[in-house]
Amino acid sequence: MIVEDVLCPFCGCLCDDIKVEVEDDKIVGVKRACRLGSSKILGHERTKAPMVRVDGELVETTYEEAYDRTARILKGAKRPLLYGWCSTVCETHKKGILLAEEVGGVIDSTATVCHGPSIIGIEEKGLAGSTLGQIKNRADLIVFWGANPAEAHPRHTMRYSSNSSGMFTPEGRRGRKVIVVDVRETRTAKNADKFLLIRPGTDYEVISALRMIVADKGDLVPDYVAGVAKADLEEVAGIMKAAKFGALLFGLGMTHSRGRYKNVDNALSLVADLNGFTKFVVMAMRGHYNVAGFGQVSAWETGFPMSVDFSRGAPYFNPGETAACDLLARKEADAMMVVAADPASNFPRMTVEGMAEIPVIQIDPFPNPTTLLADVVIPSAVCGVEAEGTAYRMDGLSLRMKKVVDSPYPTDEEIIQNILDRVRRLGDDN
Amino acid sequence: MMISGRTLGQGATSEAKMSTEFFRATSFCALSELDYNALGVSEGGNVLVRTKFGEVVVSAKKDKGLPSGVIFIPMGPWANALVGPETGGCGTPQFKGVEAEVEETKMVVLDVRELFADLKAGAETS
Amino acid sequence: MIIKGGFVYDPANGVYGEEMDISIEGGKVVEESRDGKEIDALGMLVMPGGVDAHAHIAGAKVNCGRIMRPEDGRRGIEPKTKLLRPQTGYTVPNCYAVGYRYARLGYTCAFEAATPILESRHTHEELEEIPIIDKGALTLFGNNWEVLECVRDGDLDKLAAFISWGLSASRGYGVKVVNPGGGEAWGFGGNVKGIDDPVPNFGVTPREIIRGLMKANEILRLPHSVHLHTNNLGKPGNYETTLATLKAVEDIAATRDRQVLHVTHMQFSAYGGTGWRDFESKAPEIADYFNSHAQFTMDMGQLIFGSATTMTADAPLEYGNARLLHAKWSNHDIELEESSGVVPLVYGRKMPINAIQWAIGLELALLTKNPWQVIMTTDHPNGGPFVNYPEVIALLMSRAKREEELASLHELASKRSSLPSIEREMDWNDIAIVTRAAPAKILGLPEKGHLGLGADGDVAIYDINPTDLDPSKDHSKVKEAFAKAKYTIKGGEVVVRDGEVVAVPQGRTYWVDASVPEDQAAKVKADLVEKFAKYYSIQMSNYMVQDAYVTHPRVVKAGVI
Repeated sequence: MIVEDVLCPFCGCLCDDIKVEVEDDKIVGVKRACRLGSSKILGHERTKAPMVRVDGELVETTYEEAYDRTARILKGAKRPLLYGWCSTVCETHKKGILLAEEVGGVIDSTATVCHGPSIIGIEEKGLAGSTLGQIKNRADLIVFWGANPAEAHPRHTMRYSSNSSGMFTPEGRRGRKVIVVDVRETRTAKNADKFLLIRPGTDYEVISALRMIVADKGDLVPDYVAGVAKADLEEVAGIMKAAKFGALLFGLGMTHSRGRYKNVDNALSLVADLNGFTKFVVMAMRGHYNVAGFGQVSAWETGFPMSVDFSRGAPYFNPGETAACDLLARKEADAMMVVAADPASNFPRMTVEGMAEIPVIQIDPFPNPTTLLADVVIPSAVCGVEAEGTAYRMDGLSLRMKKVVDSPYPTDEEIIQNILDRVRRLGDDN
Repeated sequence: MMISGRTLGQGATSEAKMSTEFFRATSFCALSELDYNALGVSEGGNVLVRTKFGEVVVSAKKDKGLPSGVIFIPMGPWANALVGPETGGCGTPQFKGVEAEVEETKMVVLDVRELFADLKAGAETS
Repeated sequence: MIIKGGFVYDPANGVYGEEMDISIEGGKVVEESRDGKEIDALGMLVMPGGVDAHAHIAGAKVNCGRIMRPEDGRRGIEPKTKLLRPQTGYTVPNCYAVGYRYARLGYTCAFEAATPILESRHTHEELEEIPIIDKGALTLFGNNWEVLECVRDGDLDKLAAFISWGLSASRGYGVKVVNPGGGEAWGFGGNVKGIDDPVPNFGVTPREIIRGLMKANEILRLPHSVHLHTNNLGKPGNYETTLATLKAVEDIAATRDRQVLHVTHMQFSAYGGTGWRDFESKAPEIADYFNSHAQFTMDMGQLIFGSATTMTADAPLEYGNARLLHAKWSNHDIELEESSGVVPLVYGRKMPINAIQWAIGLELALLTKNPWQVIMTTDHPNGGPFVNYPEVIALLMSRAKREEELASLHELASKRSSLPSIEREMDWNDIAIVTRAAPAKILGLPEKGHLGLGADGDVAIYDINPTDLDPSKDHSKVKEAFAKAKYTIKGGEVVVRDGEVVAVPQGRTYWVDASVPEDQAAKVKADLVEKFAKYYSIQMSNYMVQDAYVTHPRVVKAGVI
């Protein structure tokens, strides 16, 4: 049997045209997906059963015991951190936020180690964006800045950006200009009409220079800006202003480098400036398929998109203070629940050391380095393959993910609900 | 200057992180041809990368796309051994643009389990 | 349940302050209730639950406002309680605060004013999280490519079939039209300048779009009329566009017992002047027109001084706002369908433009003689947040309060509007009309906005004795009482007591299922198959809002067959 129009649970492209071949409730083939998506849909080694750490070793246990242990850890903690949420559906996010409220914890998403600075940039300036289809149908200029979709979002260019075609872009790639700005010549850069090589950590300076040139104040710009020749900057600014519809798509090159949210702030300002001359939109190339969804759910439930601290009973938001990395680096968190993420791999080593010292609960379909630090491990169904639910694409469009095959594992949503029930019961007993 | 980032190999194995494929996909350091040759790394050899936050041994690769003075390590635990914890008040560590020293080494690359072995062991007694 | 002894204002049923009991059972108003429950409303004001026909309370642009405005989130914070989730925000409250705060005002129903079809799933995700009240969402059609093409081809039956499909796909309630044609032009950074300015690449004019959609709306006999945000909204001199728009559709007749067109947040469309320097009110001209054209209705879009978050599908307007005010600016274009924008701003008492805008909203409400034609809104949160409705009620009821306010405003509010000379003070009956009876009638909700037999058991009880309180003098007491309902009863359940939320039931979501002939539906489907293959960035099978997102639906049937 072929299941049509399946959504891919990998990156922020959230491709929804995947064909999955199922035989005897097993996935035997995947069509149209990229290498990243196929590998996930086809499956990897799974955590087979719930585990708890006994005498330093993880030993298999029952779900009931794992839920009980988790509830006791969270209830007993003064500053529990509930982290992750990027590779699960919004229905899980809702339960997770409820659990964080219940235990007076901090809930944070992987955005804080990816596009968190983009969100802070948006708080400063707002974001002039669009859906991906608008870019597909109209954009005659695509600028990838610190983004490498060839490796991170393999179908982006074909479906939505440089190589896509639409109503006013019938010629596809031939009718478009593509500019890449990066610190190295990535595979994406090789497909560009113009590649601007900048030194690491100079995004802010380069954007500022472009803004000056766009505003016709180019005479104030020196001959070289962070190693880039003024003539190159003038060429790029000229292409931007001459476009009928430009799109600036930026990646972690902007948010992970010196300047972080200020880089984004400046890039958003550049796009706002360009709208004085032509139509221009900007978008963050979100990594995981539903990291954007957590921000949305958290915003409508708590008022804030990430790093929400419930220790006062009301939401308190102050990234830099209440973000996961900050809490761990300050050794403030005294318990951590990790859902659908792998902070042990993705946090700085010195931050991970903060994790190693506290009880860690992991809810995830797959073993990973976080498992090595976990005291309770609860395996779950893979969302988008074994469980349905909502996910938000990088442009903020929400779509419903399908369940393609059955799973012996409970869904993330069910797991969190079970933990929540037990936490409430513990509360009643006290 | 060390930068980290996504690659196809890293992505395809990011939910199979205990696999040798993930190890192969993320425990290397890409260097420009110039830097690679200057370090005198032998074919398939390793380098020791050191920043003020930590050090790690990874295998070395040439990458024509890299300018001299910039090294690239795929997103993952090896790269993160070199990244500092401070977030500059915005919650996000600076994963890219960390000043690093690179030298050729005969030391071996630790696998995932070895990388984390000391961490939880240290916590057991507490 | 019996609500005993209150002064009941139920204008839809000709009840004007009579002391009478209201019985509710099974969630509905009944002749006699035998469940033994009693609410003592002796000496209090009893009205149907409030109905908000136009507010931005759920969906992508509301959440965009929350995300770009943590400074707003930090206002109005209330911690969780045993019963309630935490609350945040003033202009862009979180979902829980939306439900709780409406209930505390005695409101039991509110409609989200604009949802693009493509992003309706998100709108419903938020509507589902808003507790207590019933709700619905108006679907945007004014810049949709399929609409523009049907209008260009003059195929009204196909257009009606597309509206039917769009309402079903979005689980939407009615046809919202925002700056028709302008949203499409904004796709390349442009706009339309008036109702006869052609839309680039489509060869249709806003006049044709509005007329086409209104006619199709009437073919489908939808419960609500077209709900229009005019072209040139927010610009000096735009009253001419507004009047030209109304005159352009005078020949179209409603096929149901309601208005043929609702013009929303009229305050933003009643401006004179050639620019901001000679900006002035043209509310009297608009009100005069309405006084002789009973087929049209409007809502105030009253401005409230202080913080607001403007959010609208009128994206070029928002870009203009942001440039003018050097404010934060978010924009969001939606492929093939719409554009939109969000800009936070502060309305200042001493800002001449803001002061005049404030006066215009009140002029419109007070100069339009028939209160059934002009309903109370603040276009939340564009004119200001809905929690300020009690302030607006007090202003409508008290000339003294208006004079006090005018004295604190920039003098141009008095010079460039007719407000100082307006003597009219609304009475309790007028207030019951503009806040519940008329919005329900305009939306086409026969079970809302009144307390006749069979109506929803939605009741607001305010601690006011209308026989001994003079609202003209005691306007602060009026405001206080309307801010904290003594009781709010939703579907026969007490949800607010003494201004505090005491129960949190889940409300229902209205949407309209309009039938069309199969051949017309097939024509639309063929068009859409092609559009999804070539232009949309998602598959057609993943487009429609699934039932999982509307867990408590109230489906209203309409249509051709």
